[in-house]
Amino acid sequence: MPVTDTTVSAQMDRWICSFSFLLFCAASLLMLGNANLLQELDPQEYFSSLQAGRASLAYFSHNVPPSAQPFLEQIENSVEALQDYGISVVKVNCPKEDVSRYCGKENALRKAYLFRGNILIREFPTDALFDVNSIVANVLFALLFNEVKYVETLADLQNIENSLKGRSNMVFAYVPATGTAEHRAVMEAAFVYGTAHQFVLTTEATLMKDTGNGEPDVSSAQLFFCHCQQAMDLAQPCRRTPMEQALTMLNIHRHLKLMGAPLVTEVAEDPEKVSTVHLQLGLPLVFILSQKETYEADRRTAEFVAWQLLGKAGVALLSRDVVDLNVLLQSNVALKTPDEGVPIKYLVLEDTDEVITLVKDKSKFEQIQEDEDEEDEDEKENDNQDIQDDQVVEAVSRDRKRELPLEQILTLTEETFHSAMLEAARMVVLFYASWEAVSLAVLRSYVEVASHLKGTQGVLLSQVNCWDWPGVCTKENITQFPTIKIYEKGGRSLTYNGMLGTEELASFIILSQVSCPLKLATIDEAEGYLRGELPSELSSYHHSSVLGVFSKATSVAREAFVEAGNILSGHVTLGMYFEDDSLALSHKYAVSPPALLLARSRDQSVEGIPLSKQSAQDIVQLIRYELLDVFPEITVQNLPHYLQLRKPLLIMFSDGDIGQMESKEMLKLAKGRPQQAFVTCWLNLKNTPVGYGVLKAYFATVPSLPVLVWVNLHTGGQVFKFPPDQSVTEMNILSWLEKLKAGLEIPISTLSEEDWKPPLPAYNFLQMMETTVPEFTLHTSYSRRDTQEQQQPESSEEKATVREEQLEESRVEAEKGQTPGRDLRGTAPRLAGREKRHSEL
Amino acid sequence: MARAVWGTLLRLTLCTGAVCTTAFLYHDYCVIGAGPSGLQIAYFLQQAGRDYVVFERSHAPGSFFTLYPRHRKLISINKQYTGKSNSEFNLRHDWNSLLSHDHRLLFRHYSHDFFPDADTMVRYLEDFASLLKLQVQYNTAIVHVTLDRDQQAWNGHYFILMDQNRQNYKCSSLLVATGTWVPNVVNFPGSEYVEGYETVSINPEDFAGQTVLILGRGNSAFETAENILGVTNFIHMVSRSRVRLSWATHYVGDLRAINNGLLDTYQLKSLDGLLEGDLEDLAIVKDKKGKLHITLRFYLENRNTSAGIDSITLPQDELDNFATRAPYDRVIRCLGWKFDFSIYNRSLRLMPGKGNKKKYPQIKPSYESRGTRGLFVLGTASHSVDFRKSAGGFIHGFRYTTRAVHHLLENRHHSVPWPSTVYPITQLTNSIIKRVNEASGLYQMFSVLADIILLRENATAFEYLEEYPVGVLAELEAQTGRKAPSGLFVIIMEYGRNFSGADKDVFYYNRAVGEAQHAWQSNFLHPVIYYYKCLPTEQEMRLRPPNWSLPRPDAIHHIVEDFLTDWTAPNAHILPLRRFLENCLGTDLRNFFAESCFLFAFTRQKLPPFCQQGYVRMQGLVGSKRLQRHAVDAGLLEDYTGADLTGDRLLGSPEGSQDQLLRDHAMPVPPLQHLVNAKDEL
Repeated sequence: MPVTDTTVSAQMDRWICSFSFLLFCAASLLMLGNANLLQELDPQEYFSSLQAGRASLAYFSHNVPPSAQPFLEQIENSVEALQDYGISVVKVNCPKEDVSRYCGKENALRKAYLFRGNILIREFPTDALFDVNSIVANVLFALLFNEVKYVETLADLQNIENSLKGRSNMVFAYVPATGTAEHRAVMEAAFVYGTAHQFVLTTEATLMKDTGNGEPDVSSAQLFFCHCQQAMDLAQPCRRTPMEQALTMLNIHRHLKLMGAPLVTEVAEDPEKVSTVHLQLGLPLVFILSQKETYEADRRTAEFVAWQLLGKAGVALLSRDVVDLNVLLQSNVALKTPDEGVPIKYLVLEDTDEVITLVKDKSKFEQIQEDEDEEDEDEKENDNQDIQDDQVVEAVSRDRKRELPLEQILTLTEETFHSAMLEAARMVVLFYASWEAVSLAVLRSYVEVASHLKGTQGVLLSQVNCWDWPGVCTKENITQFPTIKIYEKGGRSLTYNGMLGTEELASFIILSQVSCPLKLATIDEAEGYLRGELPSELSSYHHSSVLGVFSKATSVAREAFVEAGNILSGHVTLGMYFEDDSLALSHKYAVSPPALLLARSRDQSVEGIPLSKQSAQDIVQLIRYELLDVFPEITVQNLPHYLQLRKPLLIMFSDGDIGQMESKEMLKLAKGRPQQAFVTCWLNLKNTPVGYGVLKAYFATVPSLPVLVWVNLHTGGQVFKFPPDQSVTEMNILSWLEKLKAGLEIPISTLSEEDWKPPLPAYNFLQMMETTVPEFTLHTSYSRRDTQEQQQPESSEEKATVREEQLEESRVEAEKGQTPGRDLRGTAPRLAGREKRHSEL
Repeated sequence: MARAVWGTLLRLTLCTGAVCTTAFLYHDYCVIGAGPSGLQIAYFLQQAGRDYVVFERSHAPGSFFTLYPRHRKLISINKQYTGKSNSEFNLRHDWNSLLSHDHRLLFRHYSHDFFPDADTMVRYLEDFASLLKLQVQYNTAIVHVTLDRDQQAWNGHYFILMDQNRQNYKCSSLLVATGTWVPNVVNFPGSEYVEGYETVSINPEDFAGQTVLILGRGNSAFETAENILGVTNFIHMVSRSRVRLSWATHYVGDLRAINNGLLDTYQLKSLDGLLEGDLEDLAIVKDKKGKLHITLRFYLENRNTSAGIDSITLPQDELDNFATRAPYDRVIRCLGWKFDFSIYNRSLRLMPGKGNKKKYPQIKPSYESRGTRGLFVLGTASHSVDFRKSAGGFIHGFRYTTRAVHHLLENRHHSVPWPSTVYPITQLTNSIIKRVNEASGLYQMFSVLADIILLRENATAFEYLEEYPVGVLAELEAQTGRKAPSGLFVIIMEYGRNFSGADKDVFYYNRAVGEAQHAWQSNFLHPVIYYYKCLPTEQEMRLRPPNWSLPRPDAIHHIVEDFLTDWTAPNAHILPLRRFLENCLGTDLRNFFAESCFLFAFTRQKLPPFCQQGYVRMQGLVGSKRLQRHAVDAGLLEDYTGADLTGDRLLGSPEGSQDQLLRDHAMPVPPLQHLVNAKDEL
């Protein structure tokens, strides 16, 4: 007979009603100020009050013997509990002379009697009723004799089980002893659910061992829900779901409620709105996301998971075809927690085990929340180990699917390399490795250079993949990836050593076309050169011109200058004039040869600089230094030039161009002291937005702009801010700098001195190996080794067999892991195992 | 040539006197044998401009190959196509070529057969010697080698070699490249009825309808069986040890699948069979019909053999189901070869190895004889170093060990240190990835030759040495002339421990590891990097656990095995390697765009190596707009172009911008990536 929830609750209502009724009765009956509900009647009153079908527990007494006093107390305490079940408790005061059945005998007075109507159901020795639990348990046990089957042997249990198969479910409880709180809870549950499920009770520990769930702990009570209703096979025991919580009335109620809920709920609405019995009972709900194509498999998976999670979480099957979810396509599982306001988590899991551990392992469940809310540092570190944290590698790999427009670039091989060098006056070659991230990043800029220089006469761009053609790369002495070289037809080659960026490389390729230094034949040419009259193709890449002026006699300096020109080729334009009238030219600029004439592109002036040092390296240094601006705008590209001066920076951050007044004052400051111990400069945040990052580092938030900052990048790393209330004038700045030097100002920030440590730890394979190959990982084992060597043949063989056994075990385990239905095969999309060893495809 | 002429003149001069034997022809290096290893060392000596000569008893190089293998099929693979143009990588699958700069001398130009004919090898060796103009003196059989003590000599003595014409040669260094050519013979009663592999007919028709017993279980035995399998009644094969299959042991000297037809017919019960037994216990008796019966020495010792076959107890008389009770028509011995020890004077103390290495002379891991300084053993004869482990006994292995010996000699006698390249530390990951992906010597001579990275002080630069014999790691400074002041990495290739072996199931499910974090359990050949804070001492090397090529390192990294042996995957291969290197060096080896370096330059007192060695030297990586956008999307670069001015992130501190951003980025790697590694079960 199927029993529905409604009948159960009807029954509940019934006893709640009777309880209220009794309360009313008690209140009306006991007006004597005695707060307890124990009725005291004389035998006649008692027996006449007995109603058919009503149970009552009676205790007969003359004068209460002192020994019975504690018992009486317990009886009194249980009145309330028993009345919940419609059982009245009566103390019958026997008249002195009464020798009737219940009052007459001396030992009858040591007992309590349970009546239903006027039929005696059971008599209890007072020592069986030692407390409220035992009273309630024993009384209910007696009353529910038919509803709760007591079994002693396995055969009894199996008989009951078999008789229930296909009809009704069974609740099987083991209590170590009767009269305990657990026993009471079971009986109370049986009182409510007894008509819905067959209750079976045992106190036999051996029976627990026989039914065998491994080695059960027989010292504590246990309860199983046996799914016999769906069981068809007589030979198999019914599937059991143990209750894992302590046996209390509430937990049993909850457990039975959950067992009654459908195994898998089909959901076709917004999962946020779904509510099931599980959520109401404070358990999570797992959604298996399904698609039409994989519905059957997903259903099986859901059922498999549901069985595993029975009593711990609910499982619902959510059809993605019906519900439009705004989540990743890979997500195959969602988790809804009972907590209000916690959004549903969508997860990508690989294995049903993961779903189960997700729910079962409560700590893990909480940890996921923690991860999302507030990160745990250590956990975090290890989790991130396999996540790419190299910006270049990650950027390149995100771009890997884009096909690069390589039409403008020749692809050279070992065979074609040498003949290709003869094809153009200048052949630019990018040597790279196709697996290397920086190479691929540069290749992308190189493609842009190629399109910039499209149509430029005499220049061809090409590439060699050293992963394909290591021979030619070795021959060309390529030791780093990437390397860019320019080969001239004459056989000379030049290695690019500038910024690996589109503009810089394009400019280098163009500028290096012109011989460096350029020999100027007449004084007019030289003057023109200083005015910036250059071969037209250079004009767009040209910044400043340097002209070396030599007298015919100064050949040493001239040769050094030529050598310096080779080094600087592509980076600057150098001219050279050493005709007879060179003296006249240099005198015009107030120097005498050998000298440099510097024509800055910024202002039209020409500056004369005497060449005192005469080695090529010194000349290179000098030219580089002289080409630096007095009051430069710092950019990402030019910062390294100024860093090389190793001086503090006095830098003005400005959103856009700096004001004329500030500019004038700063320039004055910069020019006023040419040998100054600091670099006066500014940064345009519009051109160099990363400057905001700098400001945030200094000030935590971006201050009002413009802001003038003194920063000592090289020593101490202190950062000072020019007081915003002062106007930016040369005088104010200088006096502020004086105060800085005197230590009167407080830095706003100090640059971190920290070393660049490994961002994350590596896998500690040495530690992992310790368990399987201790002979290797043991640090020093000199003494051990000696003995080992003597017995080596045996011991190594032993080891080998031990290892093989381990291997065998793991293999068996691996095979076990492949029982059907255990992976998420069929859920969309199907994923590879995340297990250590990947599973069969 | 001039020297040769001078040498001839010298001999003429000296030989005009009465006693010709006191006349010596002197060379710095004398090589005995113009087989593959002899020619290989000759090539290196020639390239280095050394005074050397190769003695060859035959009139042409590679005389062993003119006879062997008898059935003429080489079992070293000659792969024409690999899908790659990388010449170094392709050598991994070319087991026949010798090393040279001449592209014509690649074996694939000589044969298109995957298993080429031995005659092709002979032709190849002839070309190798002639095209490279190697100094080979043919028709010169060295019959005796002695020592001449001399304090002035490189090694405290000269080697005096005498040829079949009693001509003497004096050498400072002796390079023995004679291979193993003396057939192994077993003596037992009746062994006179046994035919040798060297002379047995290779015409299958000669075996038609015969019953054959083969002694031995190596490739020559199976090759012989394979040839006659179709025409014999049946073939039985006896040897002491169980058959070892090379695909199970990863050792190319074990039985190759190409020769194993007899395993098929045995296991399918097609009459052929394999037996285990000690050949020393064996005896063969011939009956009147000329049939050969197997019996045991034990029976013969107890009887009077002169009484003839009938009086001899055969095992089947007592045990009537004795396995080899059927008489044989022929018994063939295929027991392999051993080194010819006979020509060396006792004073050279050139001793046979122990146990299963007794066919090889005893040498150190540096290939130098244990008994005589200055005597190096090359080629097949040097296989005791890695017998049954690696490829040192075969062309595709010893061509590299020979080069290593040459480097050792250059350093020892000519003060030319081991070739090396110095790189900035930013190239550390790259240089390792490059080598493990293409290097053929590391790959073929796995666990024997290792690349060594010597760190310079402060770990700002390193020196890279290729293919150094790992067995002499402790002597690295002396052997190479390079210094290891600040720790070193050793890069070798390894198979998984306990994966391969004679009886192992190498096809079990889940045999391959796909996840980088479990890389140490990789089973197939994969790169392993050992880190030592200082060079291991000789004692540490000696006390290393058995079967380990190296002692315990301070840290170890395995690059996870790869189905394609392509270790260039950014996340599975390169990233874990970078983390390992970073943690060994205690630094950050990431790459940064110039903009990041700019930010660091302004906000940190120190810069990561990539910025320090690139950006600061005006060689920063600017990166295209598109790439920067990707980096921003990945959360690895902050975009300031639309910077909100109320930003609250504190930049510059290590936990600042970059790492903070990383956290936001903690989106798991798409799990499908793991499929990238899926192998085997495809």
